[in-house]
Amino acid sequence: MAEAMPLLELAGVHTHIGRYHILHGVDLAVPEGRVSVLLGRNGAGKTTSLRTIIGLWRASHGAIRFAGAEITGHATPDIARLGIAYVPENMGVFTTLTVAENFRLADWRGDPQPARLDAVMAAFPVLAQKWQARAGTLSGGQKQMLAIGRAIATEHRLLIIDEPSKGLAPVMVAQLTEALASLKRARTTILLVEQNFAMAQALGDHVAVMEDGRIVYRGEMAALAADIALQTRLLGLSLASHQ
Amino acid sequence: MTPISRQSRDPLPYLVLPALMALALAAMKFSAWLTLTVAGLAVGCMLFLAAIGLTLIFGLMDVLNFAHGGFVTLGAFIAVAVLTALPIAGGGVAAALGVVALALAAAAAAGGGLGLVFERLLIRRVAGAPLRQILVTVGGGIILQQVMIVLFGAEPLALPRPEALRGGFIIAGAALERYRLMVCLLGLLVYAATHLALNRTRLGLLIRASVENREMVEALGFRAERLFRLVFAAGTALAALGGVVWALYAGMVTADLGADIIILIFIVVIIGGLGSVSGCFLAALLLGLANNYVGFLAPKLALGTDIALMLAVLLWRPRGLLPMDGA
Repeated sequence: MAEAMPLLELAGVHTHIGRYHILHGVDLAVPEGRVSVLLGRNGAGKTTSLRTIIGLWRASHGAIRFAGAEITGHATPDIARLGIAYVPENMGVFTTLTVAENFRLADWRGDPQPARLDAVMAAFPVLAQKWQARAGTLSGGQKQMLAIGRAIATEHRLLIIDEPSKGLAPVMVAQLTEALASLKRARTTILLVEQNFAMAQALGDHVAVMEDGRIVYRGEMAALAADIALQTRLLGLSLASHQ
Repeated sequence: MTPISRQSRDPLPYLVLPALMALALAAMKFSAWLTLTVAGLAVGCMLFLAAIGLTLIFGLMDVLNFAHGGFVTLGAFIAVAVLTALPIAGGGVAAALGVVALALAAAAAAGGGLGLVFERLLIRRVAGAPLRQILVTVGGGIILQQVMIVLFGAEPLALPRPEALRGGFIIAGAALERYRLMVCLLGLLVYAATHLALNRTRLGLLIRASVENREMVEALGFRAERLFRLVFAAGTALAALGGVVWALYAGMVTADLGADIIILIFIVVIIGGLGSVSGCFLAALLLGLANNYVGFLAPKLALGTDIALMLAVLLWRPRGLLPMDGA
């Protein structure tokens, strides 16, 4: 039986940043309703891949398709309006605005639905307590909750998250993992870049590993998690050593 | 970059204005002080109206528009055109205010419209290249000035104020001009409207967010490009508004008007803190008052007041009176 068409598909994508050739023909498929994890060492091209998908970098060659439509070269707002939420590595929180004001900008069509906001506050109660606080005064973990909370405060077809656990305390990582796991249970389509292998393993259905701007491995997360030799070869570390 | 959004919460800069006024009051009679203060506040409001567009454009777009003076001149010529086309000799205050309002609206529309063209033709091509921005905006300013000479001539054009806005009245021995009071009111209105728009509306929220992180605003689905165009047009519209007020005050317009006051405008924006609306308002009032007080108390020092004030403020606060958080 033929596989269902992926929600997001990258075919032979190359990206240049200035005179640097960063992505060398990335092929990636993100199936709907699943969590796809992009792994790789620092500088492998993971963040550039995400930024190219959302249009912050322009692909110099290749094609990016979302829900069957070509989005290569489209402007970032047009791509976002198709239903793609992006949480960047630096979280993209507006630090000079309050938490409430950050949420007012969650939806380009207008203020987010109250019911949706209630659900976010239930997942991240600390945000309700800090509602009128300036986002710049939040801790790293709270900022990450705000960034993810803002992304899910409105309905999206795909959630792209870049290293949500970066720089966070273990207790905060556990809390975030649980929040993302509940999104996974709700069959939210997620493309996750993550260096924390325990978190990646807990959340990922599919995995792709990048090296030097190319995808060098793709498969089921369970298969990678079970193959210590493969982990060591691809990532230089085993998942087991990080649990 | 420095958001238009959050001001520094330091209260000290706000005390400079009352301190200056109190010092001046101690050095002169009350009636002279009141006359000079109202006149100084009016000049300050005119400076604010001419300068606010420059600081708004810088705050959001990181563009220092050296052609800003050209838009001030455009507003002044629009005032001449409207007031010449609609003479209201002998009309009442309402008629005079109506014609001035019409001139303000026409100038804002012309300034905003030309601003859009200017942004499209010049600014957009040099985004993110400060040196080229300076060259292009200086060049654009020269072109604007020359076009206005072609359209309106090189000779000064007289712009008599409507009769109802001439003269004034005496309160507590102080002479208060009607026009100056009107300018103070207009300056306050524009300041309040800008402040409210930036801090109490969704559009203002979006502008503040864009200043901090344009990429993220776009990733949330907002078209920051259009927002920037809107702010640029608003900035040039406000410059033209300042030109109308300035022209009616001077009673005469030449194509050099903008070039003549652009240095003052830059001093206001620098003293206030680049990108800061409240700082711009405070600095403009401070400059207007200081000029009047010094001109009265020590006329020989009057010429150097602007530079001395800027020097003093920058030595005290290198980023200006009310710099933005995160700058």
